[in-house]
Amino acid sequence: MSVVRVEDVHKSYGALEVLKGVSMQVERGEVVAIIGRSGSGKSTLLRCLNGLEPIQAGRIEVAGHTLDSSGKGLRDLRKDVGIVFQSYNLFPHLKVGENIMLAPRVVLGCSRAEARARAEQTLAQVGLAEKIEAWPDNLSGGQAQRVAIARSLAMQPKVMLFDEVTSALDPELTGEVLATLEGLAQAGMTMLLVTHEMAFARRVANRTVFMHQGLLHEEGPSEALFSAPQTPELRQFLAGGLK
Amino acid sequence: MIREFGTSELWFVVSSARWTLALTLIALALGGVLGFVIALLRVSRLAPLRWLAAGWIGLVQGVPVLMLLFLSYYGLSLAGLDLPPLVAAGISLSFYASGFLGEIWRGCIQSVPWQQWEASAALALSRAQQYRYVVLPQAVRIAVPPTVGFIVQLVKNTSIVSIIGVVELARAGHLVNNATFQPMRVFCVVALVYFCICWPISLAARWLERRMHVGRAG
Ligand SMILES: Nc1ncnc2c1ncn2[C@@H]1O[C@H](COP(=O)(O)OP(=O)(O)OP(=O)(O)O)[C@@H](O)[C@H]1O
Ligand SMILES: [Mg+2]
Repeated sequence: MSVVRVEDVHKSYGALEVLKGVSMQVERGEVVAIIGRSGSGKSTLLRCLNGLEPIQAGRIEVAGHTLDSSGKGLRDLRKDVGIVFQSYNLFPHLKVGENIMLAPRVVLGCSRAEARARAEQTLAQVGLAEKIEAWPDNLSGGQAQRVAIARSLAMQPKVMLFDEVTSALDPELTGEVLATLEGLAQAGMTMLLVTHEMAFARRVANRTVFMHQGLLHEEGPSEALFSAPQTPELRQFLAGGLK
Repeated sequence: MIREFGTSELWFVVSSARWTLALTLIALALGGVLGFVIALLRVSRLAPLRWLAAGWIGLVQGVPVLMLLFLSYYGLSLAGLDLPPLVAAGISLSFYASGFLGEIWRGCIQSVPWQQWEASAALALSRAQQYRYVVLPQAVRIAVPPTVGFIVQLVKNTSIVSIIGVVELARAGHLVNNATFQPMRVFCVVALVYFCICWPISLAARWLERRMHVGRAG
C-alpha cells in the first residue's frame, strides 16, 4: 500500500517553475533517497509533501491525507508526517525534553507524563537519553540534529522526511546522525531523504530517485541506479560527484 | 509673598511623584495591552489588519504627544465628553504608549527566525499555538531592553500633562518654584526624584536580561 502518492505536482515561485509535474509513490516501510543537483527541486518537493509549500496543480496523498491546491487538512497531515531540516531549528527557549514534549502535549493533547515518556523513549532511540535536561545551545551539531529527529518521532509519524540533515555538520559528526537514520530505517520507518551522501543512499535506501530540473529524471533500486545509471544526466551527476 | 523651600514644600514635590508613577502605570497597562494587539495585527496574515495597525502606529508616532493630550482633553470636551484632566492624561499617554510599544514589539516578533515558524508548523502547531509556545516566548527576551528604554522615556514624558493642570512631579516643582524662587534647589529635587524612578527601572532590566540568558548560554 502506498503511504505517499504524488501525482503530477506543479509548483512555482512566481514565474519560476520548480516542480514541473512530479509523480511518485512510496510504499510502507520503504526508504527512498532523493538525489540531484542544487536547485533541482529536492527540498521543494519535501516541503510540498507536508504542506509547508502550497502546490499549484496536482495531488499529494500522504498517510491517508490528501493535499490539493486548496491547502485544507494541513494540520492533520502534519501530525502523521515528520520533517527534519538541515538547520535543526530546535526551540532555543526550551530544554531538550520540553522541545520534544511540546507538540505531543499541545497538538495531540498528551498528558505531561505521557509526553515525558515519549521524550525519554525517542531520545533513547537517537542515543541521547542523558540530554533530556540540556539546553539546545549546549549541544553539538550532531546532537542537536538527533534531538530534532527525536522531536519529530515523538509525534509517532507514519512517514519521515529528511532534508540534507547532515549537510551542516562536520564530517566527524555526520556518522552519528547517519547511524540514527539507519536505525530508523531498520525499525521499519517509511522515509524519504534528500541527501548528498551517495554511499549512504546506495547502502540504506531501497530506492533512489534522481531529480533533474524539476522532474524525476530517473529512478530505480539504489544498487542498480548507482551501478548502472541509464541517462547521461545521472551519469554525469554521479561522475562529477558534486553537490 | 515668598515662602521658604522647607520640608512641607519638599514633601509636596516628592509626594506628587505618585501621579507621575500612576500615569506611567496606567499608560503602560492600557498602552501595553493595546500595543500588544497592535503588534499582532501588524504581523497578521490579513493585509487590511496590517494596514489598520500600521495606520495607528503612523498616526501616534507622527503626532506630538501634546496633540494627543489636547485632543483628548479639549477635543473630547467639545464633543460633549468632559473628561477630568487626569483621565484625559491617562488616555492620551496610553495611546502614545500603544503606538510605540506596538512598533517595538512588532520588531521583536519579526526578529524571531522564520525557521522557528517553519519547525513549529511542521509539528502541526496551529498559528495560535506557534505564537503562544514558540514565537512569543522568544520575542519577550528580545523585547526587554527596548521596552525598558521606552518606559524610561514614558516616565519623563508624563511631565507633559502638567499643561492641562495635572499636578504631577514637574508641575509640582513649577508651583513650588513660583512660591519660593529657589529654582536650583527645587528643580534639583525634581530631577533627583525622576532619577530615583528611572534608575531602578534600568537596573531591573539588566537583571532581568541576565536572568533570562542564564539557561541558554549555560
Ligand atoms: N521561497 C522561495 N522563493 C523563490 N524561489 C525559491 C524558494 N525556494 C526555492 N526556490 C528556488 O527553487 C529552486 C529549487 O529549490 P530547492 O531548494 O528545491 O532545490 P534543491 O534541489 O533542494 O537544492 P539544494 O541541493 O541546493 O538544496 C531553486 O531555483 C531555488 O532558487
Ligand atoms: Mg535543498
